[in-house]
Amino acid sequence: MSEPKTTVRCTVNGQAVQADVVPRMSLADMLREEAGLTGTHLGCEHGVCGACTIIVNGAPVRSCLMFAVQAEGAEVRTVEGLADGETLSPLQRAFWEKHGLQCGFCTPGFLMLATWMLEQPEPVTEERLRHVLSSNLCRCTGYTNIVRAVTAAAKEMGKWAESAAA
Amino acid sequence: MGGIGRSVTRLEDPPLLRGQGRFAADIRFPGELHMRVVRSPIAHGRIEQIDIADALDCPGVVAVWTGADVAEIPPIDFRQMRIPGLGDYRQPILAQGMVRYVGEPVALVIAETPYQAEDAAELVFADIEELEPVMTAVQPLGEFAPGLTTEAGVVRKSYGDLAAAFEAAAHVFELEFAIGRHTGVPMETRGAIGFWNAEQERLEMHGASKVPHANRLAIAKMLDLPPEQLHLFEGHVGGGFGIRGEVYPEDVLVCLAALRLRRPVKWIEDRKEHLLAANHSRDQHHRIRAAVDAQGVVLGLEDEFFVDQGGYVRTHASTVTDLTAGMLPGPYHIPAFAAAGHIRLTNKTPAGTYRAPGRYEGTFVRERLMDAIADRLGIDRVEIRRRNLIPAEAIPFKRGLDALGTEVVYDAADFAGLLAKLEASVDLPALRESLAARRAAGEQVGLGLAYFVEKSGLGPFDDVILSIAATGRVEIVTGAASVGQGVETVMAQVAASVLGVAHTDCTVVHGQTDRIARGMGAFASRVTVMTGAAVSMAAETLKDRLRARAALLLQADATGLVFEGGLIRAGEASVPLGEAAAACAAEDGTPLLTAEASFTTDHMTYPYGVHLAVLRVDAETFGMVVERFVVAFDVGRSVNPMLVEGQIHGGAAQGIGGALFEEFIYSADGQPLSASFADYLLPTLNEVPMVEALVLEDAPSPINPLGVKGAGEGGITAAGAAIAAAVEDALQGRVSITRLPITPGRLRILHLN
Repeated sequence: MSEPKTTVRCTVNGQAVQADVVPRMSLADMLREEAGLTGTHLGCEHGVCGACTIIVNGAPVRSCLMFAVQAEGAEVRTVEGLADGETLSPLQRAFWEKHGLQCGFCTPGFLMLATWMLEQPEPVTEERLRHVLSSNLCRCTGYTNIVRAVTAAAKEMGKWAESAAA
Repeated sequence: MGGIGRSVTRLEDPPLLRGQGRFAADIRFPGELHMRVVRSPIAHGRIEQIDIADALDCPGVVAVWTGADVAEIPPIDFRQMRIPGLGDYRQPILAQGMVRYVGEPVALVIAETPYQAEDAAELVFADIEELEPVMTAVQPLGEFAPGLTTEAGVVRKSYGDLAAAFEAAAHVFELEFAIGRHTGVPMETRGAIGFWNAEQERLEMHGASKVPHANRLAIAKMLDLPPEQLHLFEGHVGGGFGIRGEVYPEDVLVCLAALRLRRPVKWIEDRKEHLLAANHSRDQHHRIRAAVDAQGVVLGLEDEFFVDQGGYVRTHASTVTDLTAGMLPGPYHIPAFAAAGHIRLTNKTPAGTYRAPGRYEGTFVRERLMDAIADRLGIDRVEIRRRNLIPAEAIPFKRGLDALGTEVVYDAADFAGLLAKLEASVDLPALRESLAARRAAGEQVGLGLAYFVEKSGLGPFDDVILSIAATGRVEIVTGAASVGQGVETVMAQVAASVLGVAHTDCTVVHGQTDRIARGMGAFASRVTVMTGAAVSMAAETLKDRLRARAALLLQADATGLVFEGGLIRAGEASVPLGEAAAACAAEDGTPLLTAEASFTTDHMTYPYGVHLAVLRVDAETFGMVVERFVVAFDVGRSVNPMLVEGQIHGGAAQGIGGALFEEFIYSADGQPLSASFADYLLPTLNEVPMVEALVLEDAPSPINPLGVKGAGEGGITAAGAAIAAAVEDALQGRVSITRLPITPGRLRILHLN
């Protein structure tokens, strides 16, 4: 007996997506298996590592902890939507230039989390950057070049603010 | 352009930045089935029976197998460092009557979807009679099997006259140290896809990494296939760190299943499985005795240590124990030495190598000893090291030991020089003064420093096939592998340097067993040294031919030709490299101009360095904050300094993890208590400072054509030792750190006592 399925309709990177999914399917699995967007990676499936971070209705979420059916009507953004055709986003370019990735597995999650942060009205300080990005795990870079990359992108985008002197 | 020494951006990055990577889980074959492994919930026991009836009835289930279904497949053999006696401790691909750790594969389910496979796997019931588990490597030996104790072997290494050293000693130190059980934990879990390629009548495994060629031979042998009927393919690899890419039971199972079912079979590990099933590492207990003279110079060192191997001896055989013993004396002269490393089976996840295997542990032991000598004799902790370092004039230095089957010879080094450069770079006197001032003001803040010697460039060979197309494009096919460290970029830079082309005009193929007959893969910081040398040799061979051909084309003197910008120039006149290559290829009657080269060596090359940590201890919680982490590392020659620094940053963060956070803890009955990321704590950005890398090129290796030494591991090696020293300094000698990780709870207890 096969499990009953539910139809989910949402937009992913501006494109309409419709999928028939079992109710227990995670949003990450729907993106990967139904929409063919394998840029969203699953590193732990219990909401700790953040590799699967995407932006849903303007907020960063762990797509492994969200059911696909919860995305009904939502506006979903994934790493595949960051570049404008051939042109990488300033953040993507900064990751490239600052060597902010090695194996690249955690990278989509960091890119989406930092993209969200850079879109918020408040300026990015070193404290805020460290606070926000400490919610994702990377095992290759020691974070040093991720910090450099996000800092460089924030500066380029006019979002950077020096921290008040201690 | 983009040659050796330039911090160019990586060739690897564009697809990874766009979400277009091809990691194991991203690979899809039409009609693929999904495998789920049923794992033992018991640490040690005898399997009475396994009930698979309910699982077989589940929707979508195609097959359910237990040990009996794979009984003819031999256990997984050793890839390297086999020693007598270990063979009986190898792991079967599914448990054969006994289970020896929680997480051991006892059955598998194959179904149409991963959800169905997981549902059905939960209905497989293994009735297991529990036996008393062995949970430490230092307890009395137990029985592994009838006639076999839980000690699989002992590795012994020594040089010099130890008895004379102790006779001459003014001081004798006896100390015990323990390093916790932790491991690599790449962000991508393991994965493997078995695919029967009917068209080519061959079996394929996708999702390979690290050592595809070795694994091809190993798996073919286990499945009784001719090697030419099996090929392994590496896609993107989400981190390796030594643990990924060895032959594990699951790799063999997907291949076997694809062979039997003639359908693609995919297995993607979940994180809990990873923490229970992929190689653990470290977990050593050392008992050392040191003979020391009145000036603090170590005359002799004796170490008996115990390695917690877990439930089976896996592919690495004696590797970690061997490296621990062979590299333990590090940068110090130490005229007499003896080590005995006991490989002990316990009922935990089997262990293997993890970045700087044996050196993270041995460096902790040796450097803690140096600090203990300094403290007891009232000598400065940096000065004690200076007094013991091997002097530059004694290099090359034959250690009198072997490691990984090669004689340990420090090929190029200026140990004191590097220490002096680090001291100057951080202005050590001023740094110490500022920390003293903060302590005087009530903070618990301190500095620790530790020396390490790494090894790299393990032979015996690496092959490269290098070809140049008429377009000028260069293709480099290697038997190396990539685990995310930048192999493609670095190899392209080496070729670009020789041929005077842009590194972006080079394509690097790796990890494909159908493209090159043999290969050694990526481990032991070997690729830049070994594959890099082979690339440069192949490129030089082609350059000689191109030079001769271009001299004819340009009617110029061959010796005066310059290779640059994709052209071969004679003054104002030039010929494109591709055109000259095409002319040579036409001569050969081949579409591309091709050369093969093989670099062989019987010695490793030894990079070295110092880690320095500044750390603060919270007075109430005993929480520890690493404020500053500096790594001085001589790598001989940097092909890409930005990538070398990246290796250092990442290694340091992992080293900090092992020093302060990461540990696999078990209950007394063998239940793992660290099976999620909520319990096994990886450091986040909150716990890792901006790592400072001081990359030096003062001691290029004389034993390879590029002078390079491997940079993959030195970022982690001395981190545990440096952090332990910093904690002691922060608490001004009120505690003695002999065990990693140093958790707030443990530190508080030490402090209370």
